[in-house]
Amino acid sequence: MNGTVQTPAAPAEHRDYLGAKLGMWIFVFTELVLFGGLFIAYGVYREIHPADFHEASNELNVKLGVTNTLVLLTSSLTMVLSIVAIRLRRKGQSIFFLASTMLLGCTFLVNKFFEWSAKIHHGIYPGSEHLMARPPGQRLFFGLYYGMTGLHGLHVTVGIIIMAFMMYFLVHDKIRHDDFIKLENAGLYWHLVDVIWIFLLPLFYLAA
Amino acid sequence: MSTAVAVQSPAPSHSEPSFYDTKRKGLLSWLLTTDHKRIGILYLTAMLAFFLVGMTIGVFMRLEQLTMGPTMMKPTTYNALFTLHGVIMIFLFVIPGLPAVFGNFMLPIMIGAKDVAFPRLNLLSWYLFMSGAVIALTSLFTGGGPPDTGWSFYAPYSVTTTTNVTLAVFGAFVIGFSSILTGINFITTIHRLRAKGMGWMRMPLFPWALYATAWVQVLATPILGITLLLVILERVFHLGIFNPAIGGDPILYQHLFWTYSHPAVYIMIIPAMGAISEIIPTFAHRTIFGYRMIVYSSMGIAGLGSLVWAHHMFTSGMSETAIIIFSLLTFLVSIPSAVKIFNWIATLYKGSIELRAPMLFALAFIFLFSIGGLTGLFQGALAVNVHLHDTYFIVGHFHYVMFGGTGFAFFAALHYWYPKMFGRMYKERTAVVAWVHMVVGFNMLYFTFLVMGVQGMPRRYYDHLPGFHLGHQIATVGSWILVAGILIMVWNLARGLFRKVEVPANPWGGVTLEWTVASPPPTENFEVLPTITEDPYKFNPAKEPA
Amino acid sequence: MSHSAHSEAEHGHIIGYGTFIKVWAALVVLTFALVGLSATHNETLILFGLLVITPTKASLVFYYFMHLKYENAALKYMVVATLGVLVIFLFLTFTDYLYR
Repeated sequence: MNGTVQTPAAPAEHRDYLGAKLGMWIFVFTELVLFGGLFIAYGVYREIHPADFHEASNELNVKLGVTNTLVLLTSSLTMVLSIVAIRLRRKGQSIFFLASTMLLGCTFLVNKFFEWSAKIHHGIYPGSEHLMARPPGQRLFFGLYYGMTGLHGLHVTVGIIIMAFMMYFLVHDKIRHDDFIKLENAGLYWHLVDVIWIFLLPLFYLAA
Repeated sequence: MSTAVAVQSPAPSHSEPSFYDTKRKGLLSWLLTTDHKRIGILYLTAMLAFFLVGMTIGVFMRLEQLTMGPTMMKPTTYNALFTLHGVIMIFLFVIPGLPAVFGNFMLPIMIGAKDVAFPRLNLLSWYLFMSGAVIALTSLFTGGGPPDTGWSFYAPYSVTTTTNVTLAVFGAFVIGFSSILTGINFITTIHRLRAKGMGWMRMPLFPWALYATAWVQVLATPILGITLLLVILERVFHLGIFNPAIGGDPILYQHLFWTYSHPAVYIMIIPAMGAISEIIPTFAHRTIFGYRMIVYSSMGIAGLGSLVWAHHMFTSGMSETAIIIFSLLTFLVSIPSAVKIFNWIATLYKGSIELRAPMLFALAFIFLFSIGGLTGLFQGALAVNVHLHDTYFIVGHFHYVMFGGTGFAFFAALHYWYPKMFGRMYKERTAVVAWVHMVVGFNMLYFTFLVMGVQGMPRRYYDHLPGFHLGHQIATVGSWILVAGILIMVWNLARGLFRKVEVPANPWGGVTLEWTVASPPPTENFEVLPTITEDPYKFNPAKEPA
Repeated sequence: MSHSAHSEAEHGHIIGYGTFIKVWAALVVLTFALVGLSATHNETLILFGLLVITPTKASLVFYYFMHLKYENAALKYMVVATLGVLVIFLFLTFTDYLYR
């Protein structure tokens, strides 16, 4: 209105830390439901074919599965330490921890590559003659195995790419001790990837 | 200064340019906009185009049924047509529906904000929507040709047919992301950007409806995402999840598909009901009856509606335990919907009713949605379902709720918020003429479907037995009357854009915040962000206590 | 106002390295416990591992690594609601498969 005192609207560079965090958390929820659908499929088929799932799980490499679990758990630690470090204005340490997270993520993918290669080499992959000769429950187990660990691996890959962007921002001071929501949100994504793997481990590797 | 009673506040000066007059002009100013109002209009333009295409396909489907035997197409063409009709109408019109157009345009203004929480994400949502549409369109002309599975893509046919299911389903997957991102945006907007003094229970009912819907968008759509992804993986890599030849269970596909697709119909209807909750008080010049109950019922429908999906599967081969549980839950979900109907009728009682076009569409909504809802209850009864499943009764039911319900609410909202969005006005008489055609044609078409369904006419059949012939003829003529009405309406609304009529900020005497800003609003919505000091829907402060 | 105090006022309390390292150690121990239980081939113990240890590990990640412990109640409710929805989906789907 003319002549009245104006309450200025928020400045153009308005930042909403809590809003950005809330948005990221809701995205995390959608990812939980996305994988949740796969867990439902797993649950259903395990209920129908308990013996086949037990048998098939025996063929998975527990050592590799556990190693990858430890790799991801440690990467979650380094991720959160990276955030703590930048909040404490220790930019160097923050960069180190973020780099470690990316390295551990790559380690996970390398392990996964070897694991899948071994299986495919033995003729165990969706649609293979060898797999089609097995009982249906085992076919379903491996279908779910490739589907779920594959989708998870895709998310790990995307996570590493996101972290590469974060590294750029961190190095160029776009992520600072007083503005670190990008890194924190990247962390939320990465921890989600970790949580999913926490469930994948017992369902696939320890079902024997 | 209290802006709670819009009727009393003077129209704002036109010192600020409207959101149409930005410094940057031309096509790029629209394609690169982050203004929620422009994005709403981008959605509206695209969705109206998609609706008209889907409608035309429907016309051709009805023409095919005008005579027995082939009339103008092969059976496989008919299968592709009803698949396309469903995919376009559901994924490209009804699901985005009111949230994409009116949610985007009105939500920030109605809660006293300058824009949504994530404006650039909002633009991305629109591009994902358009990309998904283009991808789905491409499936018509590539690979094995247009899918013929029905819009529900049931396995095992969908994972074995040679038609281009993979691309069509991928298109739907991309559109799903658009819906998810909009949901994230709206939830955050409502949590973080409400005006000072607007506590949750002072928020108008359309934003409340958008909030309930956004949670369904966020928690249900990913299930569709993973289901469609599995269909693609099965077609390309033979994963074996749904194909019984490999060991999969086709009923699991149905479970996963409907776990999203049933909540999807609540994504369709809850915002529609929200719009009706805005329109009825305005044209009854009375406060809404039972504000709190409408809030609770919106959240209740969202919650309960997510637990009833297997009522689409009663005859599929599920366990008896499951069908009994789902039938019970289905009956329960009718309760919050009924609550709303009673509240709207009670709002009309002793109101000063003005039968303008938006109100006519809103009243038609109440009538048509009631029929749709009641027919849903018949279907929810297990023994009756055996007789009705996959008949024209089902087709009649869902057109009553999705078209008579969401569709008419969409048109009601379009006529209601038209002056605000465009700063123009359509011709009232023409709108009423269109409305009459639509109501008459709609019932002639879809009530006949209900009757034919009970008589046993199966759905998705390109031909019919002699006993159904009269019904098909009546329905087809009804479809012509309905389409005539729609075309008159669209022409009226389009022509209105070019009529030089100055439109005030508050042509209807509404009391929510959008009526306190200019028609059309300036880019930042408010020169001064409002402070709310009263509960909503106060029409007559003298008579209605705070 | 010191810098970290200002940051804390706007962004919440800063948790030190020590807490997170302890949580990580707990996660590692729980992982080995889980593997140990599975190796016994005892149905009950394996189920315990699946239904208790695994959700505990996930909860630690949510609560500490994802900072949920220090967030507002609304967010905590949202997490519970989301997981609750998933559990209900699973449960209702099983009413079909358990009783076929």
